[in-house]
Amino acid sequence: MTALGKLVRATAFKLTLAYLVVFVVMAGCVLAYVTQSARELLLEQTRSTIAAETSGLAEQYRLGGVRRLVHVVERRTRLPGASLYLLTTFTGERLAGNVGELPAGVLDEQATRVIEYRRDDRHEDRQINGRALVQVYVLPGGFRLLVGRDLEEQERLRAVMWRAAGISLAFITILGCIGGWFITRRVLKRVEDISDTAQTIMGGDLAGRLPVTGAGDELDRLAMHLNAMLERIGELMNGLKEVSDNIAHDLKTPLTRLRNHAEEALRSSRTPDEYAAALGAVIEESDNLIKVFNALLMIARLEAGGEPQDSMAEFDAADVARSVVELYEPLAEDAGMTVSVDMPAHLPMYGSRELLGQALANLLDNAFKYAIPSDWAASSQPPALCISAARAGAGVEITVSDNGPGIPEDSRHHVVERFVRLEGSRSRPGFGLGLSLVSAVARLHGGRLRIEDNHPGLRAILELPGKGASA
Amino acid sequence: MTDMKILVVEDDPEAAAYMVKAFQESGHVADHAPDGLEGYALAREETYDVLVVDRMLPKLDGLSLIRSLREQKVETPVVILSALGQVDDRVKGLRAGGDDYLPKPYAFSELLARVEVLSRRRHAPAAEQTTYRVGDLELDRLAHSATRGGKEIALQPREFRLLEYLMKHAGQVVTRTMLLENVWDYHFDPQTNVIDVHVSRLRAKVDKGHAVQLIHTIRGAGYMIRDSAR
Repeated sequence: MTALGKLVRATAFKLTLAYLVVFVVMAGCVLAYVTQSARELLLEQTRSTIAAETSGLAEQYRLGGVRRLVHVVERRTRLPGASLYLLTTFTGERLAGNVGELPAGVLDEQATRVIEYRRDDRHEDRQINGRALVQVYVLPGGFRLLVGRDLEEQERLRAVMWRAAGISLAFITILGCIGGWFITRRVLKRVEDISDTAQTIMGGDLAGRLPVTGAGDELDRLAMHLNAMLERIGELMNGLKEVSDNIAHDLKTPLTRLRNHAEEALRSSRTPDEYAAALGAVIEESDNLIKVFNALLMIARLEAGGEPQDSMAEFDAADVARSVVELYEPLAEDAGMTVSVDMPAHLPMYGSRELLGQALANLLDNAFKYAIPSDWAASSQPPALCISAARAGAGVEITVSDNGPGIPEDSRHHVVERFVRLEGSRSRPGFGLGLSLVSAVARLHGGRLRIEDNHPGLRAILELPGKGASA
Repeated sequence: MTDMKILVVEDDPEAAAYMVKAFQESGHVADHAPDGLEGYALAREETYDVLVVDRMLPKLDGLSLIRSLREQKVETPVVILSALGQVDDRVKGLRAGGDDYLPKPYAFSELLARVEVLSRRRHAPAAEQTTYRVGDLELDRLAHSATRGGKEIALQPREFRLLEYLMKHAGQVVTRTMLLENVWDYHFDPQTNVIDVHVSRLRAKVDKGHAVQLIHTIRGAGYMIRDSAR
């Protein structure tokens, strides 16, 4: 696009143009009104002058008859800047005056009006065509007296005013265009800067930021918000990169093991039993892979808000919590962990029973995995797990707390991320997806997963707001 | 259980060939249809014990195939295989008229166990028995009691349901996921071996002190309750 094209297409230019048009139209209206009013005022003045003169002449006639009137008219016509006069008999015969030709029938009508006429100019001996405001007065005795004022001066004034109006409008237009051009260029320059930077950012330079002039205007604010957005996108991109790195690692490790088992079997197995054992190991590894894959897909789908309405229903959260606890209880007993449950008989809520069950199972799973130290018999305190649930507002809050080693405060927000496994837990079975899934389930229900210190131990709180928030 | 007639509706030739071969090796007869329309035609013409239907099929997708069959009053039990495997897909599949749902990839032992259970249900759909008997183990569903050799076994409610499910399918392999689905009504896969712990507790109550073991672990598949003396 050419520079001019850009300028003409710019919003600022279009706005300026629109304002200019509005302003010119308004100025035109005002000027027209002033001109028209001035003209009407002058016409009114002329009209009263004519009326005064007519009554003066009528008075002369009353005092001295037609002879005196003729005399006065003759004298007045000779004065410079004289009005128009015409005195005729009732037959239309001219007695005195400076009016040359008149359109027919003018003398028969008495109203004050504008007519075309031809003027006798005795001094210069020529005839002038003109327009005049005239009044006809019928004197006693049938004489007709016409008094009028030439409108030439007024016409001239009007022309001057119109010209002045035209010139001022032209000036307004030109100045407006120039101003608009300057403003547009200024705004356009800023916008160009922003869009140029945006282009380079789109080109892959994610570290680029939009220029902020410090003027604090709306463009600055826009640039600052866009910069904040870029910052957030950058963070997400990094997060995504981290996740894909982790996915690569956590999928490639079992894949490598899988391949190793198969290779090993091919290379060194001799007996059917050895082959069977190797194949068993291969299947086990592939099952692990499938589990990671399913968990990842499920989290991705939940986070996309994809687990929709078909599996959502009213159900009893307390019932789910109890049944999951009951599912894990024998495991806890075998591990020497005491399990206590604290919840009301019923906690109806709306959501996915299946997903809540899975989330709770993951939390319990984690407790067994991490809260039972291998040497707990030596420590004074036996491991204990407490699952409590309560109504919280319109929703439900379920807490799973243990007295294990807990999670250091600075890692707590970290553990819900995909594939994050804290130091010392990499050696244990698992993929680092359990809490991510719990968190995704909580978010699907409009809530969140909170991880707190249990003094000692860990407390995982599943906030599940009521229907309203999840809708 | 022997000699079931199974129709496999699956468009991937390799997966289909594997299934057909595996069913045959397990002593069953298996036909194969490569698309939904052919599957529909075969299912209507022939009498099968169980249909194994992939969800995504050319020409006629799995769910529509099942729906059409049900409209035509073909009530052959159907196991849906799906690569989707999310909670919602299961609900949709069962709503369309499927009897069971298995996400891909699956272990063949899991599929076989489910197919056998469905086939048995088809052939013995009579009113649910009120008592089950395996060897000298007896379970009274109405009295909610279990006895072995006339001696009462004290069971927790969940243990009772576990034993009930095992005995209902006596002589059949029951997988861990089937137990979790039918006894606990959950469809997820617990990370730890929770089901094994429950079964071993039940086994301690049922089999301990008896010469004949009734609850058997089937390697790589699951559990089975049967009177091995017979």
